[in-house]
Amino acid sequence: MIAFDGGPSGALEKKAPSAPPSWQPDMIVFCCSYCAHSAAALAGSRRLPYPAGVRIISTPCTGKVEMEHILEAFEKGVDGVLVVGCLEGGCHFVEGNLRARKRTDRIRAILDEIGLGGERLKMVYLSDAMASLFAECLQEAAQTIRTLGPNPLKTPLRKESEGEP
Amino acid sequence: MIVASPKSITELKTIIAGHKRVLFAGCGTCVTVCLAGGEREVSLSSYAMRMARRLDGNPIEIDQITIERQCENEFLKDLVEPASKVEAIVSFGCGAGVQAIAERFPRKPVYAGLNTQFLGVLEEQATWTEKCLGCGDCMLAQFGGICPVTRCAKRLLNGPCGGSLETRCEVDPDRPCAWQLIYARLKDIDQLERLEEVVPPKDWRPAWYGGARKIIRKEHQV
Repeated sequence: MIAFDGGPSGALEKKAPSAPPSWQPDMIVFCCSYCAHSAAALAGSRRLPYPAGVRIISTPCTGKVEMEHILEAFEKGVDGVLVVGCLEGGCHFVEGNLRARKRTDRIRAILDEIGLGGERLKMVYLSDAMASLFAECLQEAAQTIRTLGPNPLKTPLRKESEGEP
Repeated sequence: MIVASPKSITELKTIIAGHKRVLFAGCGTCVTVCLAGGEREVSLSSYAMRMARRLDGNPIEIDQITIERQCENEFLKDLVEPASKVEAIVSFGCGAGVQAIAERFPRKPVYAGLNTQFLGVLEEQATWTEKCLGCGDCMLAQFGGICPVTRCAKRLLNGPCGGSLETRCEVDPDRPCAWQLIYARLKDIDQLERLEEVVPPKDWRPAWYGGARKIIRKEHQV
């Protein structure tokens, strides 16, 4: 499902703290199974490129994404998190996406307060047909994170034999 | 219920700056209901604090526990074992909980993780308002169940100040005028004649102005 945007393979393992130009940020994308996950699948089947460091986690609804899930991702060294839910008014569970928005706002405030940077977390709304927008949002988010640099909480060394986080 | 609000991570970080391992202790009663110091808030604060300290190059280890009630010694026994492993405790209970833990663990630093605010009610999701000062001499019967001691900015006991704007308090227009509410309520329950009674100056001795209070109910003592 993950398409590569031309970056060298193995960039995740080779990246340095100073973030060379080829550095691909590690990103967790929480995708609502009613919209964003289908959009991600469509983006994959249409061969739309999006960053190599993206890992998609399907959720029943973005309202089910707890604030702890996002914070834990950042604590473990993920460079950015996207929460992708249904268009406003289109949530299968009526207002799960709106609740997710409030929660992401709160986490963003926490990230700003502790100095990690609230821009590392973004919430996006789209429908299951919006594969292009999905890919664009990921590219945009990756670009934002590239300007911020790697998550300073990332553990310094991760051997290839240990696998991905 | 007792309503509290979380301290900022920045303030909390300063408070526990000298410690390397602390226990974040939540309370499962009032502060859980007001979304300030229950299991979830303790967890969120722990994540934020660990990350903040690592970013400062001064990592901290945080243990977490949420007990049923911090203001009763009976429940504090659940803290004994986790408290033995840490340098200090941050209580996410109300002020009573913090002090109960401090008394229970006299050799352990205990800090408040919350700002305890008031006795209030949940008006709507995530909105609480103050209803009671705990003055120790309840006068609600005279005022149709609406407390001017708490809800009138001037604590007036014999009618409104005259400065209200429409039905709002002149001190804070976001707040209803308590005396407007009292009038409407007494009218609804057909007790407007209560407004003709002159209320004498309030006896504040039962309130906390005389120092911390104590209640003993001998019939329940064992």
